[in-house]
Amino acid sequence: MSTIIAVSRPTEWNLPLFLHVLGAMILVGGLLTGACAIAYARGDVRSLRVGYWTLLTVALPGYIVMRIGAQWIYSKEGWDDLPDNMEPTWLAIGWFTADVGLLLLLAALIVGGVGTYRLRRGKGTGLLKATMIISLALLAAYVVTVWAMAGKPD
Amino acid sequence: MSLDDWILALHELSAFALVASMVLFWILVLTSRSFMDVDRRIMIGRIGDVGDRVIGVGFFGTIGFGLWLSFSKDDYALWDGWIVAAIILWVIAGATGGRAGAEYQKVLERAQELKSSGQAAQPGEFRSSTGELMLAISTLATLLLLIDMIWKPGA
Repeated sequence: MSTIIAVSRPTEWNLPLFLHVLGAMILVGGLLTGACAIAYARGDVRSLRVGYWTLLTVALPGYIVMRIGAQWIYSKEGWDDLPDNMEPTWLAIGWFTADVGLLLLLAALIVGGVGTYRLRRGKGTGLLKATMIISLALLAAYVVTVWAMAGKPD
Repeated sequence: MSLDDWILALHELSAFALVASMVLFWILVLTSRSFMDVDRRIMIGRIGDVGDRVIGVGFFGTIGFGLWLSFSKDDYALWDGWIVAAIILWVIAGATGGRAGAEYQKVLERAQELKSSGQAAQPGEFRSSTGELMLAISTLATLLLLIDMIWKPGA
């Protein structure tokens, strides 16, 4: 990903970059809201469901837009023409958190889905708490990723 | 990483905080529109408090670090068209966002009054058309701000 503030970026990179950044922002917003809704629900079933559905209908689509934008800009910038070992650290961090992040997001959604099903049957909220913890971990990982993508450490 | 790289990273993290909190507020507004349960509305207010803190970091971080970059980087000047546009959009987003926050604070106070008096809410009592309009304008301004930052018209 190019930095948002970079002077010499070709114009045709702007749309994929915009999609990538906007998707990532929606993803982070969805994770933040989902985690907060579960954390503050205090056992309220409807609020726990709001938390879960936010992850499913906001964070996941945000991830998809972010990932499509990432692949598009990666290709536009010509990174796919270079061998993997030539990739800079910031790009490696981005790939790692995107790929591992997807697995964790899907795990959070599956665990949360089972959790909301159990709620309907009057069972405990433990699985949704696990979903919340995974969401918070993802949020922390994405803060580091944004820092790496923007600051581009060597 | 140079100091400017750090400032740029903090600028972008602030932008993420800004948009992420707007996503949070929209989810809260849309889910609480039809609420009649006073306790749930108060709970939404607690989540909104988190959003208030995050959006504060976002608003002041974007302008503070953004201005720093405009002074420290030779490629930019404060009077560049796209930077002037960004500042104007930031002011619009902040003013309308602040107004939306004030509207929803009134709704929250109404919920707390109802709770303390043991009364039930009427349909639509926790909805604020002005709040929704102001949040929509603030969101649009923020989206245009992001577009301006990426496309940099005139740069």
